[in-house]
Amino acid sequence: MSDVVSTGSTTRVSLTVNGVRHDLDLPARRLLSDALRHDLRLTGTHVGCEHGVCGACTVLVDGAPMRSCLLFAVSLDGAEITTVEGCRSADGGMGPVQQAFHECHALQCGFCTPGFITTITAFLDDNPAPTRDEAREAVSGNLCRCTGYVNIVSAVERAAELRREPTP
Amino acid sequence: MKPPAFTYHRPATVQEAVQLLDAHAGEGAKVLAGGQSLVPLMSMRLAAPGHLVDINHVAGLDTVEVTSTGVRVGALARHSRVEHDAAAFAALPLLRQALGQVAHPTIRNRGTTVGSLVHGDPAAEMTAVLAVLDGEVELVGPHGSRSVGAADFFVGPMETEHADAEVAVAATFRRPPAGTGSAFVELARRHGDYAMCGVAALVTVDADLAVTGARVGLISVGAGPVVVDLGPAVSGSGGGVDTPRARELVDAAIDPEDDIHATATYRRHLAHVLTERAVAQAHEAARGTRRSAA
Repeated sequence: MSDVVSTGSTTRVSLTVNGVRHDLDLPARRLLSDALRHDLRLTGTHVGCEHGVCGACTVLVDGAPMRSCLLFAVSLDGAEITTVEGCRSADGGMGPVQQAFHECHALQCGFCTPGFITTITAFLDDNPAPTRDEAREAVSGNLCRCTGYVNIVSAVERAAELRREPTP
Repeated sequence: MKPPAFTYHRPATVQEAVQLLDAHAGEGAKVLAGGQSLVPLMSMRLAAPGHLVDINHVAGLDTVEVTSTGVRVGALARHSRVEHDAAAFAALPLLRQALGQVAHPTIRNRGTTVGSLVHGDPAAEMTAVLAVLDGEVELVGPHGSRSVGAADFFVGPMETEHADAEVAVAATFRRPPAGTGSAFVELARRHGDYAMCGVAALVTVDADLAVTGARVGLISVGAGPVVVDLGPAVSGSGGGVDTPRARELVDAAIDPEDDIHATATYRRHLAHVLTERAVAQAHEAARGTRRSAA
């Protein structure tokens, strides 16, 4: 049946974020980026331009990277969300993409980094051994004003190597 | 940069969605599909619909079907789904050729092809693809359903032929004649951004590889997609497409405007150059279809 909600009230939304289920009562206008940051206090997701251009707020929705500032949380009832906090390794340390960013000096101020980590994590799931051109293409939707991208592209290649190495 | 408040509706069927749109038409009710154009417009307060009818939970709309006439794309098929559909690519390579240039992959993961058509941005790649393939959009409203051909569907910038209470449930991209090759070429300031000009081209060759027809659809050089029949530029003597004549035909059809990204003069220049490139690529692809058929 149709679920009609007045502007003054909230809608119940069930989101599974980094493997943990949350039932939230949210106003319809709440962007996913704000639901993550304000309601769930997961401030790893950064909000840059807030109109879908910069890519800083990228999260994975059912495994696919999407701009969380271009999604209404109420529309995602039942979805599985992965944020940068969910990109760490199983032992709680840095995940392979984070480790590669550390090794390659692929960040300076770090504001854009969460969007890169999530985007690259999903990209390497689809393409575990990318060429440098493919790596560059994969991050073309994310803006970074510090690094000049060269080290970020290197980090994509390094992360692919790290993922291929057997875990100790 | 927060969207204004609205009343949220989550219908389970197309009929419910139509009823909700009809009941709230006077309060600016709009359909929410992928939202990759609508949400930023709301955040920038350029749009403030009083009601959003979210069709993301309506069953049966997430479809990509290859039919005898072409490829039918349902209202909830994301750009990325259409782009990677092997059967759709085999039937109509132009879909993937154009979709690879629609925004960035993260946007294509959520944005829908039908939503992009209904939005009617003059810079949207898929409007030119629908128009050059002579496709149509299926609308369901309170008084039944109807199909509108691309030539009538694109009315003006951000304006398409549909009533307030109608839901666009699918679009069909029509298969061109045998021996047709296609290409999509565009130029943007930054890869994935709105193109300053883009061209979808179709070139058809006969069994002797003589060009028998050519058509282009251009974006960002008019109020909507501009389709130009390059038939008069086809020499008919076994050769290809006459470039100076094709330029004249394109020139007469387009009406580019100045904006911060490019001047009208530069867009006109791009229309010439990109038409030539797209036609050359489509011509080569057309020869390929005949070779692989032989």
